[in-house]
Amino acid sequence: MSSTSATFRIWRGEKGKGEFRDYKTPVSEGMVVLDAVHQIQADQANDLAVRWNCKAGKCGSCSAEVNGMPKLMCMTRLSDLPLDQPVTVQPMHTFPSIRDLVTDVSWNFRVKQEIKPFKPRQPDAPDGTWRMQQEDIERVQEFRKCIECFLCQDVCHVLRDHHKHDEFIGPRFLVHVAALEMHPLDTEDRIPELKKAHGVGYCNITKCCTKVCPEGITITDNAIIPLKERVVDRYYDPIKRLLGIGRK
Amino acid sequence: MATVDVPLERVRFGRTARKDGWWVMPLTTLVVFTSFIVYVTWALLQGDNYYFGNYLSPLYSPELFGNSPHAVFGPWRWPWLPFIKYSPAMLILVFPLAFRMTCYYYRGAYYKAFWADPPACAVGEPRHNYRGEAKWPLLIQNLHRYALYFALIFIVLLSIDAVKGFIFNDPKTGHATFGMGVGSLVLLVNVVLIAGYTLGCHSFRHLVGGVMDQMSRAPTRKKVYDCASCLNRHHPKWAWCSLVFVGFTDVYVRLCATGVIHDLRIF
Repeated sequence: MSSTSATFRIWRGEKGKGEFRDYKTPVSEGMVVLDAVHQIQADQANDLAVRWNCKAGKCGSCSAEVNGMPKLMCMTRLSDLPLDQPVTVQPMHTFPSIRDLVTDVSWNFRVKQEIKPFKPRQPDAPDGTWRMQQEDIERVQEFRKCIECFLCQDVCHVLRDHHKHDEFIGPRFLVHVAALEMHPLDTEDRIPELKKAHGVGYCNITKCCTKVCPEGITITDNAIIPLKERVVDRYYDPIKRLLGIGRK
Repeated sequence: MATVDVPLERVRFGRTARKDGWWVMPLTTLVVFTSFIVYVTWALLQGDNYYFGNYLSPLYSPELFGNSPHAVFGPWRWPWLPFIKYSPAMLILVFPLAFRMTCYYYRGAYYKAFWADPPACAVGEPRHNYRGEAKWPLLIQNLHRYALYFALIFIVLLSIDAVKGFIFNDPKTGHATFGMGVGSLVLLVNVVLIAGYTLGCHSFRHLVGGVMDQMSRAPTRKKVYDCASCLNRHHPKWAWCSLVFVGFTDVYVRLCATGVIHDLRIF
């Protein structure tokens, strides 16, 4: 991509009210969307609000919707976008807008507080430490890669379109529950909450969360569906319960 | 449960800022699924031309009661519905169909394609009310593992059919001889694809090992879990290939049975 210019159609406004405005700015090899937004902020719109921090895809701050898809702006290369037409940049739809590209994601932190925390079994050794096998912890390690960018929450249609914020915790926190539930040391039982308060049954397996995860976590197949299966074990499989097949 | 303080805006049906061809996948699913349902319904209602010598169409396997040499219990001897012709497939097809209809992968695919729930990721939906799989009627999807148990039995039955596909009756001596026709390979590929799809099922993966938090305590189950996980990573591909190929296998047997094509004997 040689040095040229591109138009960015950025949502400007406060608390849900606003409009898209076009900004034309020079772009060059290696630029990402966040670079272009910063350039626009420096040259043309000093009051443009954008949340960012690491510029390396690890802090999860610069989540937004680029050409309609939830993405980290710092990880979205301009060379991957069609620059012959305006690049649309807007805030995450699932959370209340604060200003311009910044949204209020505090709901997520309140949800996290409602999930039963890690409760390890009694220590394995007299010095108060535990012993774990690597193969037992591998599944959980995938979930620990989450950077809490909340792109999965943004794209999930249960929250995005149906606004079930008070009945469904969303993919990010189902991953969190999976990390706790599948942990070899954990002894807490979260299955009743999964079925009722956490609303795992609302997920209808669109796999959109997996598609947008910048860390490549296989959210649906490795976290949500195994949790659904654990709910089935408890509530919808009388034969398995009766025979005691497949105990943990 | 935590709530959101500010009311959120609802997006109109089909509205999105996406510029890619988001409609291609749901439309493809709609066309392939609808074609498959129409064809299977037609094949189900035929009740004949479902076998050719040692080949038996997978849509009719196992043939419990029927007029072919493959029938386990001989012909159907009881009254049948007055307005529909008896077909052996009517007794068994519900099991593989139930397995596919409740499959986690297909669920996501057909919710998008047939109900637009959602039409695609980050695209506006037509309805505002939503029950998901948390309430009736979709609560019934939780019976997937029961459909899995039957699907596992069908792998065995289709494997027997595939083996029979390699055993031909010599017309001169009347003895059974080992041989291979194109149809033998078609039946073999069919069962391999169905097995790959079934053994990569999310429920199967859960039951064989996923339910455990300490797999190191059961090394054999861990190995089976790893194999199931390996297949599960490509579950959509197995699902589509096995779906298309089971239809193709029925078409092949049907064309041979009606004399439209000649089954080529390799040896």
